[in-house]
Amino acid sequence: MTMLDIQDLRATAGDAEILKGISLTINAGEVHAVMGPNGSGKSTLAQVLAGHPSYTVTGGSVTFMGNDLLDMEPEERARAGLFLAFQYPVEIPGVTNAYFLRAAYNEIRKARGEEEVDPMDFLDVLEAKLKIVEWGPEIMSRAVNAGFSGGEKKRNEILQLALLEPRLAVLDETDSGLDIDALRIVAGGVNKLRSTGRSFIVVTHYQRMLNYIVPDHVHVLAGGRIVKSGDKALAHELEARGYEWVEALHGVPA
Amino acid sequence: MSATRVQQRDAIPLAPSGPGWLEPVRRAAGALFARTGFPTQRDEEWRFTPVGPIATVAWQRSPTTPGAADRTALAAFRFGQPEWFTLVFVDGVFSEELTTIGPLPRGARVGSLRAALEEGGDLLRDHLTRHAPTDASGFTALNTASFTDGGLVYVPAGADLDRPVHLIFVTTSAAADAALHLRNLLVVERGARANVIESYVTLAPGTRYLANLVTEVSVAAGSWLEHTRIQRESERAYHIALTHVDQHRDSHYRSFSMALGGALARHNLHARLNDENVETLLYGLYLTRGEQTADSHTAIYHDHPNCRSWEVYKGILTDRSRAVFNGKVFVKPEAQKTDAKQTNRNLLLSDTAKVDTKPQLEIFADDVKCTHGATVGRLDDVALFYARSRGIGAEAARRLLIYAFAAEVIDEVALEPVRLELDRLVLERLGTVG
Ligand SMILES: Nc1ncnc2c1ncn2[C@@H]1O[C@H](COP(=O)(O)OP(=O)(O)O)[C@@H](O)[C@H]1O
Ligand SMILES: [Mg+2]
Repeated sequence: MTMLDIQDLRATAGDAEILKGISLTINAGEVHAVMGPNGSGKSTLAQVLAGHPSYTVTGGSVTFMGNDLLDMEPEERARAGLFLAFQYPVEIPGVTNAYFLRAAYNEIRKARGEEEVDPMDFLDVLEAKLKIVEWGPEIMSRAVNAGFSGGEKKRNEILQLALLEPRLAVLDETDSGLDIDALRIVAGGVNKLRSTGRSFIVVTHYQRMLNYIVPDHVHVLAGGRIVKSGDKALAHELEARGYEWVEALHGVPA
Repeated sequence: MSATRVQQRDAIPLAPSGPGWLEPVRRAAGALFARTGFPTQRDEEWRFTPVGPIATVAWQRSPTTPGAADRTALAAFRFGQPEWFTLVFVDGVFSEELTTIGPLPRGARVGSLRAALEEGGDLLRDHLTRHAPTDASGFTALNTASFTDGGLVYVPAGADLDRPVHLIFVTTSAAADAALHLRNLLVVERGARANVIESYVTLAPGTRYLANLVTEVSVAAGSWLEHTRIQRESERAYHIALTHVDQHRDSHYRSFSMALGGALARHNLHARLNDENVETLLYGLYLTRGEQTADSHTAIYHDHPNCRSWEVYKGILTDRSRAVFNGKVFVKPEAQKTDAKQTNRNLLLSDTAKVDTKPQLEIFADDVKCTHGATVGRLDDVALFYARSRGIGAEAARRLLIYAFAAEVIDEVALEPVRLELDRLVLERLGTVG
């Protein structure tokens, strides 16, 4: 089954065209890595998929499980099963993680025609999810991402991923800024969530995380275009030869 | 003498007979008010505060027979546990019937100030009118000359008033066009501990009246006081208040001042740190809508070394409403090692709301840590998107973030039932925020 079908997607921010015709098809259960140098448009692609209002889609189409994704509000995309783990998760002082996650969880449940859960039942649900990221319950009484370390923020994204059980998860540089232990926990969490019905787009600058989360396909983004696709061997080749290699190959200025 | 001035003098109610020492104080205050009248926007301290209309109204004396208020009607304003000490004043008149005062620690006193005045005694002589300067403004002078009643809380040395005291001042339609002058006195003696809440509420939301209030607070050495103020007056009312706090060595005073009501609401909060090692925490939250103006003026007097003051005021404004924040911190030359931090943050939910914010630090000591910051901003688009990307709808995400902005400061309240009530009030208001 096709999970996501992106055809010739173009997007701008202000006057600048950032995505210059991206096509990508992802089937259920697949993991696609999107690699590329800084500024190549990886985060823009991730944010456009999630519906960030700062970007304007100027061309192309995105079909998510048979529906026109670009026609949906950000919350509708989430309710339809799309999840974005932010490169820079947002701090919300004044709202506990428990409150925020339960609000999100209940919205997603409502969308699936399931009953909302009260705070007590939610604690039971959480217990299993916290295990996935090897966390205790203390984190839930802190304000959302407020004063979290970089690693804690990324872990919190994966906790939300575990909780919301999306069909397609986009991880935007979830590995950046993590030490090796945190990387192992975060990648381990993602691996536990892999299933035949769930697809992933793993955005990363480095090959490192792909040693843990082994992708089915690897795409290289440069200058707002996918300039090369291959299997996991491509990630190793990039590591060895650097991004200048693909950029030179395709005439994209570094 | 102008017509306005005559009207102002007529606004002076007949003060209850009191002890002999009070008479000259009241007379001097009355004379002062007759000379100065109400402040105007030409006075620097009132520059951003549209007090003009107050002087143009022929205010009536406060009703001697208060309007109807019963327990059922008041239930909406009570919170916490039933065993709390709850004093109720209807249109400024103490209601024995609606008041609940349980057994008190030895020597403690919780009740009506008027009753205590009639009894006499040293307690009032030592404190009443001794803290708040009569000349703080024309309003204070008028209050000193005219106050009719108010709450009295006295906690003797070493005592822990383990039940909070809730002073509820409720207005009814009988208060229409009346000026109410009330004075509260809170005295927490050496090593004592208390939690006091003042609520200003109304059963007549469309009624115009003037509530002119003074609360005097004495926080003795080593004592601890949490003091919450919930202002939910009629949105046509004028609410002008001064809270003056005198703190002594090793004492801890924390205040939370919430403003929701009033056409014009002004709260002056002055804390004087009279000795070393004092801690003063001032928190505030104002939510304005329509054409409301909420004005918070605070002044912290660091007169001695090694004291700490921490202040956070936040505002949420919509429609054409206005807010004023002025935070003064005075650090005397001898107040070395002062640690003072002041923050004022405002969230504008409409293009037509407006804030005038002014931190005012006057520091004459050199070995101090003093910072201040003020912000005026809108809801964070990135945070909104983050919440929406988790499935939370646009409107719910907006409310969540506004609530979060308020909750961050409400979280500083120590007493949980108060925290929950403040939360509830914010959520209730957000239900209607545009
Ligand atoms: N909201 C925005 N407004 C203007 N320019 C943007 C915006 N977002 C991204 N860009 C620009 O688009 C390019 C791609 O950015 P980004 O997608 O963040 O790259 P990557 O994630 O691959 O590092 C960069 O040149 C960046 O400056
Ligand atoms: Mg990026």
